Amino acid sequence: MENVAVRTAPEVKKKEKHPVEKVLIICARGTLEDVYAALVMANGALMEGMEAKLFFTFFGLEAIRKGHSDQLHTATVGNPAFMPKVPTMLAGLPGFEALASHMMKREMDKLDIPPVSEFFEIIEASGGEVYACKLAADMFHLEKEDFIPEVKDIITVGDMYALAEGPSTQIVFI
Amino acid sequence: MSEVLIAGKAVQVNEEGYLTDMEQWDEAVACEIAEELNIVLGPKHMEVIHYLRQQCQTGKTLNIRRIGKSGVVDIKSFYKLFPGGPLKNASKIAGIPKPASCI
Repeated sequence: MENVAVRTAPEVKKKEKHPVEKVLIICARGTLEDVYAALVMANGALMEGMEAKLFFTFFGLEAIRKGHSDQLHTATVGNPAFMPKVPTMLAGLPGFEALASHMMKREMDKLDIPPVSEFFEIIEASGGEVYACKLAADMFHLEKEDFIPEVKDIITVGDMYALAEGPSTQIVFI
Repeated sequence: MSEVLIAGKAVQVNEEGYLTDMEQWDEAVACEIAEELNIVLGPKHMEVIHYLRQQCQTGKTLNIRRIGKSGVVDIKSFYKLFPGGPLKNASKIAGIPKPASCI
């Protein structure tokens, strides 16, 4: 009998899925849209059954300061995607930024997007954790009592990395 | 879409296991879907599920914020009742479509 090498179909390796189990979102910016990006992503992760940690640093601290959370603005100057037809000089007029931010918040409310302060309450109730950066807090002379109650602690960069512990964690920087 | 037998009843589900016709749902179906998700349904679960179905029937989009403000359940308890993605899991058990909401 002729020796014919039987060619078997190459074994198809099944791709193992490794879903993300935890996200650590670092927010270093204090503009309305950047803070919302962090909040929406953290909340979205929690809704999917993942863990979510938020770490605010530098201007991001503005989002977690008592009395400041709901006062965030979107930049109308130096933001070419914002009303492209409006000249920069006009966008810099007093009150323009406040008006634009107000309009943006109104549109968000229509979509049932909560105000920043309420978003933090939702995230905390959902099991998410919020932290402030120690270095930035020191720099801006802020203490624990200057922050909203949802802020669990003021931590170092090392502590922040410890929060990301685990093989299926993603770190997102905003 | 395929037909599967849940709690002795033939129901239509999509590829993710969500019922495609909420009228094919009953509490026995809910219990069996919940079991697959390792959730044992109690009276509070049922209250939330019936609320979700009622909201869905009126064509309202469901999101965590609205559920928290419903007076039926607060957000913390909602996460405890349906661990591992509360809105997703509760919708699946309630026999309504997977919520297409980012918040």
